[in-house]
Amino acid sequence: MKIIILGAGRVGQSVADSLVSERNDITVIDTDAARLRDLESRFDLRGVVGSGIEPTVLAEAGAHDTDLLIACAAQDETNLVCCKIAQLMFNIPTRIARVRSTGFKDEARLVGPEGFAVDRIICPEESLTRYIGKLIDYPEAMQVREFAGGRACLVSVRARQGAPMVSHTIAELRESTPDVAMRLVAIYRRFSDEPDRFVACSGETRIEPGDEVFVLAAQENIAHVLSTLHRRDARAAPPVRRIMIAGGGHVGLRLAHQLGLQAGRFHVKIIEEDPQRCVELASQLPPDVMVLQGDTTDEDLLGDEGVEELDLFLALTDDDEDNIMSSLLAKRMGATRVLALINRRSYADLMHGTEIDIALSPAQAMLGELLAYVRQGDVQAVHSLRRGVAEALEIVVRGDRKSSRVVGRKVSELPLPRDVHIGLIVRGLPDAQSSGAVDANDADAAAPQPEVIIPRSSTVLESNDHVVFFLPHKRLVREVEKLFRVSATFF
Amino acid sequence: MVDMFPVLRVLGMLVMIFASTLLLPMGVSWWTRDGIWFVYLMSMGATVSVGAWLWWSFRVFRRELQPRHGVMLVSLVWLLLPLSAALPLMLAGHYLGRPMTFTHAYFEAVSGLTTTGSTVMSGLDALPMSVNMWRTFLQWVGGMGILILAVAVLPLLGVGGSQLFKAEAAGPVKDAKLTPRMTGTAKGLWGVYAVFSLACTAAYWAGGMSLPDAVMHMFTTVSLGGLSPYDASFGEFQSPLLEAIAVAFMLVASCNFALYFVALRKGDWRGFWRDPELRATLGALIGGGAVVSLLLWAKGVYAPLDALRHGMFNTISLASTTGYATVDYLAWPVFAPVLMLLLSGVATSAGSTGCGIKMVRMLILVKQARREMTRLVHPRAVQPVRLGDAVVDNRVIFSVLAFMLVYGATIIGLSMVLLLTDLDPVTAFSVVLASVNCAGPGLGSVGPASNYAVLTDFQLWICTLAMLLGRLEILSFLAILTPAFWRR
Repeated sequence: MKIIILGAGRVGQSVADSLVSERNDITVIDTDAARLRDLESRFDLRGVVGSGIEPTVLAEAGAHDTDLLIACAAQDETNLVCCKIAQLMFNIPTRIARVRSTGFKDEARLVGPEGFAVDRIICPEESLTRYIGKLIDYPEAMQVREFAGGRACLVSVRARQGAPMVSHTIAELRESTPDVAMRLVAIYRRFSDEPDRFVACSGETRIEPGDEVFVLAAQENIAHVLSTLHRRDARAAPPVRRIMIAGGGHVGLRLAHQLGLQAGRFHVKIIEEDPQRCVELASQLPPDVMVLQGDTTDEDLLGDEGVEELDLFLALTDDDEDNIMSSLLAKRMGATRVLALINRRSYADLMHGTEIDIALSPAQAMLGELLAYVRQGDVQAVHSLRRGVAEALEIVVRGDRKSSRVVGRKVSELPLPRDVHIGLIVRGLPDAQSSGAVDANDADAAAPQPEVIIPRSSTVLESNDHVVFFLPHKRLVREVEKLFRVSATFF
Repeated sequence: MVDMFPVLRVLGMLVMIFASTLLLPMGVSWWTRDGIWFVYLMSMGATVSVGAWLWWSFRVFRRELQPRHGVMLVSLVWLLLPLSAALPLMLAGHYLGRPMTFTHAYFEAVSGLTTTGSTVMSGLDALPMSVNMWRTFLQWVGGMGILILAVAVLPLLGVGGSQLFKAEAAGPVKDAKLTPRMTGTAKGLWGVYAVFSLACTAAYWAGGMSLPDAVMHMFTTVSLGGLSPYDASFGEFQSPLLEAIAVAFMLVASCNFALYFVALRKGDWRGFWRDPELRATLGALIGGGAVVSLLLWAKGVYAPLDALRHGMFNTISLASTTGYATVDYLAWPVFAPVLMLLLSGVATSAGSTGCGIKMVRMLILVKQARREMTRLVHPRAVQPVRLGDAVVDNRVIFSVLAFMLVYGATIIGLSMVLLLTDLDPVTAFSVVLASVNCAGPGLGSVGPASNYAVLTDFQLWICTLAMLLGRLEILSFLAILTPAFWRR
């Protein structure tokens, strides 16, 4: 696939990073030549120096036969204009723009083909905020990824000594709770002298304390799964109430705003260093959110503001070092859970398994939305996991018994690669392709309620099933995609 | 001094415009054939000639008005126009055989223009209608502001218009332009005021007043003035319906007129109801009325319905700085009149026709106090003071604090001066409070059943000063007295 990425900033780099390894031809446009040279030396891609709203620059980048444009420059207006030019002059079929302003999202006329012609608006801050919101809903989880419009989720959780499901084999587990729609798809085991190692899951695998366990489950079962793996008394965790956000940047502001609107539920404090920014924050946020001016790594400030009583400490500044330090400090001072935003991959690896409960890469949350456009076949959702090594994938089964290699076959008959198992099947979802953009409520009324199926070896796949996979390695993606492709030769 | 000459030129124009308002009592006088129409003609002639002389003498000093000019002009206007307004009162008294001293006439004129509504005249029922019309009409003109009216009808003032507007408009935040041009804003405000006036007249008329009574009471209701053409004030009518209408329009006039203007132009009243100052104003007025009504009922002063009627009407009347009375509320339990007088200091909105501290200043102060309390617990908290969605600038907070200080100092200072004249403390204090708040009746010997004629000339001059200070929000009046104002 030929892809043009506009803007070699933080977002552009992580997009390039995750796409370049998948045999895509990537051209990056940026005005900063030095940054492009640096990018070219690290990845196998081409850089074009110039402004993304110059048609000549786009032409030089090969816009005429490009399949996908991802405009993620710093300015909204650059991205919007770039998409419009791509549509008018180059007919690039798929155009994605990063837009921070919230006014565009719901205005179909503004972003439609007559407007700025953006197929999809992404906003990394927004994705990240939503993702952190999920983590607040499920306080034990290390990751929560949604599939099939939120009906099924992939959660990862650290198994803890003494929790009911820990130190049992997966087969025992399955017997004890036969009616719960969940499946363990992967375990990453911690070893003292090397990075975590992938352990394939079969019936005999035993869950050990300290394992990072990936579970696919229907949404209603997530709380149960998390508590049986993580809590000694197997009861649901107390809900998160007291939250402190360190860093009042875009993400901090959005998150605090979102949490502040549910005033009765959360008690939010936000720390920001810049006094001017503090005033801005305090003016924009709901009055219940307390804005504190100070250094996020100032232990006196943290102590004065009761860090030891916090349910969750979120370090969301732009500075990796500050985030790591402040979250370590908060954890040491008694915060129940700490989350740190870490951009640099090497730092994230370093911090893995330390006292920081969750190390989050800002790009991670947004990449899934992009990856779905790059994949072949009818891929609904892709979530990049474990720093891009593993991947979770939702594919829609298309075609009939003749044109597809999977429809009408039993799960046991599918020629899947080793280590790849079908995690979940969501059946009965409204068909997005045939019904077009039907309102979700209308579709629900017409179709039967979708159900989440745990596939057995005898389960037969049907057309329009949403199948969710966990792939321990990215290279397996192509094989799976190939398997699900509707083949023209069968007609 | 020379740089104040452009002010005198504009002052001349304003005086000439003001002279035209005498046409109303003259018309009434001619229509009722009370035989004193020439009084108004003489006054008009005198006023116009003074205005024309000022304008002619200083006509060469044309330039844009600066902030200090605005302050100067506002003070001069409010000192000079009462002179012109007092003239017909004195002349009419002379020809009717009820001579009036200059002190009394000037007091009455200032009380009218500042919408205070305290009076030194008695036997009002026997006065010709044209005199009463003039007294009440002064309140209507003063209610929305003479200079704001001038800005509305004199587009030639240009930028100077906004200086005048700022100097006279009440409230801590004065740069909120509602329309691109100041003239448009002033016209809009006066337009809303005129609409309410028409509605109020119609309501009074339909409620059983004669048309002249309806017009005169409308003049003093929508301006929150409170002068009445009857000695018994509003009690003359003994009509619960008319009292209810008065309460409704006093509540309407206690709110910020800019809010009405914005809501009417947009056709959207949601923002109107969400305004924090509006809510606080209505809450204070209606809540105060309810408290007094409950008290009257609980203490057995009235039967429940009468308690509600008298409690609501008199409380809202005094608290909204109007000052009508239907009963002698000094006979009530002492808590009630004191509460009513104290409420008059705070219970009207900025941008309304009321006076006093203004509710928005109180809200800012309360929020500032709460911020200081939070700061004790969280020393690093950043917590801007917010009114609705808007953040209040620290400069505004400081100006409010300064205003409060000067307000308190003025009240105490003037009260002390009155005490020097051997007035009893309750009367002294309440007279100053009622005058600075432009409310009208006070406590003690100047209650609703008596009037200010019991005071000596010196005491009346103190009250006159207090009313002017209150109407011009003290600071702009005092600014002229500072050396910095005159230093170039």
